[in-house]
Amino acid sequence: MKYMNKSILELHEMLKNGDVTSQELVEESLILSKEVKKTCNAFVTILEDVKPVEVTDNFLSSIPYGVKDMYSTKDILTTGSSNTLKDYVPFFNATAIEHLNDAGAIMVNKTACDEFGMGGSGTTCHTGTVLNPWDTTRMCAGSSSGSAAAVAAGVYPYALGTDTGDSIRKPAAYCGIVGYKPTYGMISRYGVFPFASSLDTCGVLARSVMDSAIVVDVMKGKDPKDMTSWDSKNIHLFQALDGKITSKKLCYIKELCDIDSFEQTNDELKKHLDNFMKKIEFIRQNGVVVEEVSVDQTLLNAIASTYIILSCAEATSNMSNLTGLSFGPRGEGENYIDLIKDHRTKGFSSLIKRRFVIGSYVLQRENQERYFKNAQRVRRLLVNTWKELFQTYDAIILPVGTGVAKPLEGSKDILSLDMMALEEHLQVGNFGGFPSITIPSGFIDGLPVGLNITGNCYDDENVLNIAYGIESFMDYKNQIAKEVK
Amino acid sequence: MEYQAVIGLEMHCELKSNSKVFSGGKNSYSELPNSLVSPIDMAFPGTLPVLNKKCVKDAIKMAMVLNCEISEFLMFDRKNYYYPDLPKGYQTTQFTNPVGTNGRIEIECGDKIIPVQIHDIHLEEDSASMDHLYNTSVIDYNRAGVPLLELVTEPCFHSAEEAVAFLEHMKSIYQYCNISEADTKKGQVRCDVNVSIMEPNAKELGTRVEMKNINSFGNVFDAINYEIKRQSELKDKGRYHEVEQETRRFDEETGTTIRMRSKADAIDYKYFVEPNIPKYKITDSWLEEIKKEIPRLRMERKQDYITNYGLSNYDATILVKEKEISDYFEECVRLGMDAKEACNWINVQVIAYLNKNDLKLGDVYLTPEMLKYIIDQKNKGVISSKQAKEVFLQVLEEEKEPNHFISLENAQISDTSELEKLIDEIIGYSEVQVEQYRSGKDRLFDYFVGQVMKNTKGKANPVVTKEILHQKLDQ
Repeated sequence: MKYMNKSILELHEMLKNGDVTSQELVEESLILSKEVKKTCNAFVTILEDVKPVEVTDNFLSSIPYGVKDMYSTKDILTTGSSNTLKDYVPFFNATAIEHLNDAGAIMVNKTACDEFGMGGSGTTCHTGTVLNPWDTTRMCAGSSSGSAAAVAAGVYPYALGTDTGDSIRKPAAYCGIVGYKPTYGMISRYGVFPFASSLDTCGVLARSVMDSAIVVDVMKGKDPKDMTSWDSKNIHLFQALDGKITSKKLCYIKELCDIDSFEQTNDELKKHLDNFMKKIEFIRQNGVVVEEVSVDQTLLNAIASTYIILSCAEATSNMSNLTGLSFGPRGEGENYIDLIKDHRTKGFSSLIKRRFVIGSYVLQRENQERYFKNAQRVRRLLVNTWKELFQTYDAIILPVGTGVAKPLEGSKDILSLDMMALEEHLQVGNFGGFPSITIPSGFIDGLPVGLNITGNCYDDENVLNIAYGIESFMDYKNQIAKEVK
Repeated sequence: MEYQAVIGLEMHCELKSNSKVFSGGKNSYSELPNSLVSPIDMAFPGTLPVLNKKCVKDAIKMAMVLNCEISEFLMFDRKNYYYPDLPKGYQTTQFTNPVGTNGRIEIECGDKIIPVQIHDIHLEEDSASMDHLYNTSVIDYNRAGVPLLELVTEPCFHSAEEAVAFLEHMKSIYQYCNISEADTKKGQVRCDVNVSIMEPNAKELGTRVEMKNINSFGNVFDAINYEIKRQSELKDKGRYHEVEQETRRFDEETGTTIRMRSKADAIDYKYFVEPNIPKYKITDSWLEEIKKEIPRLRMERKQDYITNYGLSNYDATILVKEKEISDYFEECVRLGMDAKEACNWINVQVIAYLNKNDLKLGDVYLTPEMLKYIIDQKNKGVISSKQAKEVFLQVLEEEKEPNHFISLENAQISDTSELEKLIDEIIGYSEVQVEQYRSGKDRLFDYFVGQVMKNTKGKANPVVTKEILHQKLDQ
């Protein structure tokens, strides 16, 4: 690997100086793609015949990148990693892809993900499980599994992800890279396969905060095709990175970080929280105020079920267009109901079917009030709680998950409620549409862990700058996965 | 026994607009199936709805006309069900927060004025249209996403006449406001009707039966009467328990209603708020703006014509039936024509011409200014009233200004007495030809026509000329 382990700015500089050509970058990235397909099964499609483009002043020009197979790419197979769309070739580009095309970025592959983004393991892709490049017996988490694996393995500096619960930010932590989910609606969702529309957010996985900022600067913008997108032309993420964060005030939530507040613990959780608290100390030593706050444990314990109810409800409806009638493989049957049934029975993985059942159940007339409406109320309570914290603090800083990437085999432990809250708290970022970024924060037994910084809506510049500052206090920037075993 | 019928209506009306309600697909009629389709109309993955502001405006306008409370926020819901004509698997509609609620309006039914309570009016999208052939079904997505306004009344009608009077009234309002052609023949209006019966003065409503998707006002009328009769007969026989809360459809061929499904089988639409369309605040200033665009409506105009112009109820009713005609009339009056005279010309000549040629007023050449000119010429004695009617027709047929036909030089000679005098002269000097014609040489008729034309330099009205010639020669 000569080039693809470098940052966007380094590559841009080299391209500008003629130290490397677009052709060379594409060639290396394609070779690496094939390797990582073998080692990690990270891709649905590798674009073998992709052409180099001219270098311009745009930082992203001529540099290869990967796209989660949830983004519609014109004339290029886009599957959502689902058998229901295994041969689907869109005739239009997602708006975010258009922006990257305009910038001269070069898409070299489509990355595998949990089917339609619905999963957190990378095990439900129609092309098979995505393996973690640090330890191929472990998962990458998901759903942006292929993107996380590929960026961590150094196939290119960045790949696109989508994030409905933590689908960018958790795989980033498990793969030792950066995952940034901007404020809801900053990047158009047009052309991106929906999972749960009120939570779905486009974003990026990269190896540094700066690279993330550069990429999202290009992807974002108000789109007349997406009514939930908003005008962010006054937001300049890259320019706003100055690393001056000593005046910032952060907080962490005691119930999610203090080992003593957990009913059950294990060695990994202890190490993980210990690492996190050490990093907090370190951040404090660098002049940033970090305070401990307390949030009602009952409310935190409700995060996971609130998410399941809301996301499954929206998902059942969003995926009702997948009937195999006008696109996707046509099912067999005597009438339209049988055709649709056959298509969906054959097409969807069991996990997704389970979620459809949950979604339908909570939306049924007799259940709506008890489940769906109550989940909406809890969503609001959680968002209000976070927003109250943002009155005092620039951002909330929390550990991601309960430890390192989970083994693919033999990890069927049922988590206690408080462990579950720690595992799933990033979902609040989607409930509120908050900008939220995960950065690597160290290792446990050679495997990476991450921490997350979440701020108030539209405060992306601030959140990224805080992450940039904290990243600079630590040594995990631009890291490439090293096989542990 | 006579029972009191209680009837409620749901009227779905397709709106006029350039593009569909949630997509850039064109909203118009095309013979070519699937030619007016954008990616979202077929629910391609990743496509998103973009709300058409004009449709929202029209929905608010109708809510205002119906004196509804206008919702402070605009929001939409998903109505989820699987059917091949519904590509997304849900219809985007307004369930929790319709644009207008609690409305009321008065309508004319025969010589009575009856109040109608409006439950709500809301904006939604139409589905694709399907044709079921012998062993296959075909889908046309042209209609998918066409804007629909659904208006729901309270159960406040008591006869088929009242229900249809309301539908006719609404149709006229849609047309007056230029929101929809509301043409049932084009499938632009479809109705759901619910009917129950009860004993006169009973307090509790009877069992409600709903009939879905009736596509003409005539069928609404027949369906209601059939249902009243069916339910009444069952009640008379003591079998009222057989009237179930159910959904039926109207069968045009037999004129009966047929059971589709019972209340127990009712679909659970699993409504929830459409997350892709952010809640939108309807501002007071926008409401003011929309209010200004509402034209004077039918009943107001009619009253005006009767009270201020002294027109008969009959004439006024004809004039206001279509806004185009009413506007035309008002323009004539504004130009200074006598209202009664304008009314007579419009109601008799203009409408007869339109009907005969199956035209709309907007299609014809004759402007109010031209009509006034012709009538002024007649009133000044320049032309006879018969000539006025002829000029009127010539203007319409030849699409030329009336003065083209009225100037003395060019005026046609249609005056019977003048032509008679000339024809008598011709007969006088054509004894031989008269003789031959009368003994069977029919072809010679053209000789006489020729003579008249020669003597009038072609200005004689050929129809009148022939009439007189036949009269005089064929006696």
